[in-house]
Amino acid sequence: MTSLQTSAEKPISLKAEGGVARRQAFSRMSTYILAAATMLGLLVLAFLAYDIIKLGGGRLSLDFLTSYLQRRADDSGIRAPLLGTIWIVGFVVVMSVPVGVATAIWMEEFAPKNRLLWLVRVNIGNLAGVPGIVYGILGLAIFVRGPFGFGQTIIAASLTLSLMILPMIVIASSEALRQVPPSIRDGSLALGATRWQTVWNHTLPGAIPGIMTGTILAVSRAAGEAAVLILVGAAGIILRDPSGINDRFTILPVQIYSWTVRPGDQFKPEAAAAIIVLMVIVLTLNAIAIVIRNKFRRD
Amino acid sequence: MVNVQQALEQKRMTEVRQETPRQPTQGAVAEPASPTAVGIDDLSLWYGHKRALTNVSLSFGERKVSALIGPSGCGKSTLLRSINRMNDLIAGVRIEGRVNYHGINIYDRSVDPVEVRRRIGMVFQKPNPFPKTIYENVAFGAKVNGFKGNMDELVESCLRRAALWDEVKDEYKKKSGLALSGGQQQRLCIARALANQPDVILMDEPCSALDPIATLKIEDLMRELVKDYTIIIVTHNMQQAARVSDYTAFMLTDEHITGQLIEYGPTEELFTTPKDKRTEDYISGRFG
Amino acid sequence: MALATQRADDLERKLQKRLVKHPGELVIFAFLTICASITLLTTAVIGLTLIVEAEPFFEHVSLREFLFTTNWQALQAPEAFGIWELVAGTGNVVLWSMVFALPVGLMAAIYLSEYARPRARRILKPLLEVLAGVPTVVYAFFALTFITQDVLRPLLGADNVSFQNSLGASIVMAVMIIPTIASVSEDAMSNVPRELREGAYGLGSTRLEVAFRVVFPAALPGIIASVILAISRVIGETMIVAVAAGSTPNLTLFPLESIQTMTGFMLQVATGDVARGTTQYESLFAVGLSLFVLTFILNFVAQLIVQKYTEKYD
Repeated sequence: MTSLQTSAEKPISLKAEGGVARRQAFSRMSTYILAAATMLGLLVLAFLAYDIIKLGGGRLSLDFLTSYLQRRADDSGIRAPLLGTIWIVGFVVVMSVPVGVATAIWMEEFAPKNRLLWLVRVNIGNLAGVPGIVYGILGLAIFVRGPFGFGQTIIAASLTLSLMILPMIVIASSEALRQVPPSIRDGSLALGATRWQTVWNHTLPGAIPGIMTGTILAVSRAAGEAAVLILVGAAGIILRDPSGINDRFTILPVQIYSWTVRPGDQFKPEAAAAIIVLMVIVLTLNAIAIVIRNKFRRD
Repeated sequence: MVNVQQALEQKRMTEVRQETPRQPTQGAVAEPASPTAVGIDDLSLWYGHKRALTNVSLSFGERKVSALIGPSGCGKSTLLRSINRMNDLIAGVRIEGRVNYHGINIYDRSVDPVEVRRRIGMVFQKPNPFPKTIYENVAFGAKVNGFKGNMDELVESCLRRAALWDEVKDEYKKKSGLALSGGQQQRLCIARALANQPDVILMDEPCSALDPIATLKIEDLMRELVKDYTIIIVTHNMQQAARVSDYTAFMLTDEHITGQLIEYGPTEELFTTPKDKRTEDYISGRFG
Repeated sequence: MALATQRADDLERKLQKRLVKHPGELVIFAFLTICASITLLTTAVIGLTLIVEAEPFFEHVSLREFLFTTNWQALQAPEAFGIWELVAGTGNVVLWSMVFALPVGLMAAIYLSEYARPRARRILKPLLEVLAGVPTVVYAFFALTFITQDVLRPLLGADNVSFQNSLGASIVMAVMIIPTIASVSEDAMSNVPRELREGAYGLGSTRLEVAFRVVFPAALPGIIASVILAISRVIGETMIVAVAAGSTPNLTLFPLESIQTMTGFMLQVATGDVARGTTQYESLFAVGLSLFVLTFILNFVAQLIVQKYTEKYD
């Protein structure tokens, strides 16, 4: 052990030599390998976008958006599924957002900190991981048939999807509420405001950007969901516009599915074109969410 | 509790004085009597556009404890961390000047920071053992650096040198480093640094998170280690600097210059007869 | 002492008055509580529905046949209801999607947490998360028409690769869950205290060594949780496997054959013209119940790990 005392006179080298040089080379190499792995997923996404645009881009036109399904592929459009998507997503927002935000407010601002809160929290975490198709079964048994018996209608589909995205909205909202500094809360409470006045005037406004981000992402999940809606009875062929909540429905993802699994290739360009429309909707929602998040973070 | 602490400190101070009589070097400002282990030459450092060190020059003596003191924000930690290039890890750092170690400027283009850090060990403010066993903690540096000898022997000798062996010898291969007390964790971190066989050990406020008794143990250990190693310590605790160090550097940031060296000399001298008015003000508690 | 108690009583009375003064506050509290209870209710109703609806199935098919035989042939005679062929199908997709997603996702997490500059991370992370937001029916289309047709069959020979196969589905599934693994693992690694990294660098470690020998092991619980979450997503995913992996129950982990997963079977029943009240129809709920139990356990375990882990560094 005494040999480790190098005196100042003994020449040493601090250059990367031997073992250290090799280790540093590995380390530098790892930078490129890891960066490449990070980009790999994005590369696949680019490849996917390219292939789908190549296949379906030519079919995009105003007619495609405004025509019903036809026997001939070239005349077919996505009017019914597009309108169905808009109706259902609209109802889902109206139903799931208030309940989700209220649940988050209860959890973060009102609930006694006890086992019940823990149970609610863990339960919501678990619900967020329940497969969509299980919600589909629930919707089928409860809303389509069973106690509510709405049949295969827009309202049954919207209720089912609302339950599915509720946990996502709750999780995002409670995270946003938690990030509002406690000093704001304490300041308001110290001035004699009630809990609800504090939440309504101070906490909630501060959490709005976070809530919006989470909600938009959840809604974009709902807009892309197919399995659940097949279970609650999305129709294969709809040839008129929806006129009320008790109408039958179809939506874009289900239309894409039915074109995709159709034997033969003649409806594949239609599927690809519908995918482009769906992706534009979903990616726009995602982009809005990211912009809100980044803007919020900078403030 | 406070009384105990004061009593311990007093006892410690007299002990240290008796154990290590030293020859104050008259007139030395930046040059200790013993050979130089690390020489700082006109060092300046910027974090982005913010300057943190301004033209610092001083030499740390071999096998001496040198203390860096000064109010917070004076650049003492930054100076310490530039001695083993830990500042490289922060994005946007720019450095001018030289840090000489064995006659080599460690900021020379050809120098590899990994090689520097392997020879100049560091102990941090908060004890930071890895979430691994005590044994693995000590063996870590030696392992990554391709140590070929008997690992068991190395680990044992380092634990002994860090005065931790007797407390952990029964279970050091099974027990997690995190299961130790704060003071023990810090001694484990010292043992871990020793396993790399450094000749300089940097300590960044190593006792600031510890209780007085654990602090006392670390200070004893420093006096023991300095027989073989060069130790440079940053401390915000002037009594500690007085107790353990042979040389002390006082740094200051004022409204004009950030991170400058005000005064450097044998500890006793600096504390009893400071040459600079600002040093005197600081050690007599008039600011900082 | 008595005076203090009296004061406390006074205060309590005043405080109670205050609540009564704001009856609106109580109404709001009640409303919020009702909303919060909807989530608990949902879980209860899911569990109850599945049990009630699966119950008739188990009157026709013994639990023993369901759990301890391996042949699944629900939609044609002679019927057989041994769930293991469907479980194997799900396992097949989990295995092969993990083979691709695990290394790539973890490498991306390490890159984002330990290598990328903050600016690059701010751009790359949301971009990567877009992958998780792509509707699964789009991935399904991509797997069937491009991965299998244009990549796998030319590469491995058209005779060796079924039109629908587990590999094509697994590859796109991997792309879908890479962000889950990368994002959650990156969070876990970013939560490793800076002091640990500094300690390792201070001992002369390279960036690679710090990442793999210190940060990665310290973040392992969070990383495991991310993998469990990802597995649970693969198990629950329906469209990709229904479209691209096939509808042939098959007790194999071989990736080039047509298989059927639990979710794939459920979708097949839902899209087919199976009459209500038949054993086939009821089997939908039996498989759904199995799926629910499986994912619920996985998610619960993942959550416990994450909770325990975040406490450790708080």
